[in-house]
Amino acid sequence: MGERVAIIGAGQTPHRSRRLDVSAPELIDEAVQAALADAGLEPDGIDAIVVGNMEHFEGIHLSDLWAVEGTGGVGKPHLKIATGGTTGSSLAQAAYYLVAGGMFPTVLAVGWERLSDSEGETTTGIVTAFDPIYERPTLAGAVSGLAVMACQYQARTGVRAEEAALVVVQARENAARNPHAHLSKAVTVPEVLASPLLSSPLRYLDMCPTSDGACAVVFTSRPGARRAAWVRGVASRHNHTLLGDVAEGAHDYINTLEQAAADAYGQAGIRDPRREFDVVEMYEPCTWAALEWAESLGLAPRGHAAALWADGTARRDGDLPINPSGGVLCANPIGATGLVRVAEASAQVRAAAGPLQVDGVRTALVTGFGGSFWSEVMILGSEA
Amino acid sequence: MSDLKAPIAVRCTPELVYNYAAGRYGSLFLQGLKEGRILASRCRRCARTLVPPRLACTGCFGAMEDAVELEPRGELLAFTLVAFPFLDPFTGIQRPIPYCYGMVRFAGADNTFQYFLSEKDPAKLRVGQPVRAVFRAAAERVGEMADLLYFEPGIGG
Ligand SMILES: [Zn+2]
Repeated sequence: MGERVAIIGAGQTPHRSRRLDVSAPELIDEAVQAALADAGLEPDGIDAIVVGNMEHFEGIHLSDLWAVEGTGGVGKPHLKIATGGTTGSSLAQAAYYLVAGGMFPTVLAVGWERLSDSEGETTTGIVTAFDPIYERPTLAGAVSGLAVMACQYQARTGVRAEEAALVVVQARENAARNPHAHLSKAVTVPEVLASPLLSSPLRYLDMCPTSDGACAVVFTSRPGARRAAWVRGVASRHNHTLLGDVAEGAHDYINTLEQAAADAYGQAGIRDPRREFDVVEMYEPCTWAALEWAESLGLAPRGHAAALWADGTARRDGDLPINPSGGVLCANPIGATGLVRVAEASAQVRAAAGPLQVDGVRTALVTGFGGSFWSEVMILGSEA
Repeated sequence: MSDLKAPIAVRCTPELVYNYAAGRYGSLFLQGLKEGRILASRCRRCARTLVPPRLACTGCFGAMEDAVELEPRGELLAFTLVAFPFLDPFTGIQRPIPYCYGMVRFAGADNTFQYFLSEKDPAKLRVGQPVRAVFRAAAERVGEMADLLYFEPGIGG
């Protein structure tokens, strides 16, 4: 396993629909300064930096060149990572590997996005990520890709739209306590069902927003006496190029999540995920995804995840709180989104989550979703 | 701190043109569409059959050297009605909405193929429904994806 790796600090910007008050490097700087302060470090305490966003959303290529004024990375090892929705979780994984491998004692992971820069045309950017000949003509970005998945899930399980809607009702309740959240206004099931249809069966309130925001997290092998969240499992599984190949699995659309979870659970010795995790920060880009992926993660039997939200299990005061931050449904600065999950989960384990704190968190599950339904999983614990 | 009256954003509206190589297998597929045929590739190692055809098997990473023709019919495994506006990166203007597309498993294929459906009411579609491929009139086909118009409800699996 190499060096034991701990998270000792994290920082986020407020995530908003538009941060016209700051440039990209100024936005990044907000998160980096907050993370350094949380970790009790000066800039010279960082040995290397991994940074990422998705270039097509801003039309800025070589985005690490731009970002460096905000990351403080001049004169340091500085690597860019871009893996779509998983960019943030890939940053966390890369930082982990660099520290675990003994190459650098302390690494800063920085994720950011300014989705407002393309005037809200996030779908256009996502479409350009997919095969230009076969699938761009039909694909309507993550919205329609997830809609197809939801269609299959619905056909397979018989779960109803009002059951899926409970996911965003709870997410907004949780986000009301989160000063970083983009959307925190309460919504009801009838409001979700009456919101405009985006791509059947997904409605406007089923889907995550597009946000401007940044997040930074400090990974180290030398936490000293600082409160630490230890990385206990890390796994990543890629998927096919074409969504037509991804969709062939009739029983489970996102088997990469099941595969990554099995790997990470093995590393951390997790046998009963439903009982052993104290909190989950899941990358749920839409309500339906939260249901199917809770099943992929082994948190509920196949076809029965809706019960976690219906019976209160997933509430912040429930037996298995899922996304006490409000999750992706309440803030989605894409290149930072996966890293925000890590930041929130590490704060829970470090008992540093403030108004979002869940009592007695010792073990936390974090997921990332991106591209053609590929998956990443990280498990954090209060002990190495 | 100096006084800032209002933050400023600078507008940029480039026109960018790309030409994507379809490659050997993609060109064979598009040539097949021009002839009104659906071509797949079959893995020599595990017999997996994929549409569109390609170099490497998605199951075993073996070479897929053999192009095979499939019947232009299959099963609808999932679908969606796209109803929200967005700029189409092909044209730079809004893609016409609403439209339906789905994931179709051609008879004899292992994977699915993502393409337009003729039906525009998702309530009339169901997972598992048989569908068939409809092409442009032969004289209008040029060897591009649009030679395949859509899938429409068919009879039998
Ligand atoms: Zn094969």
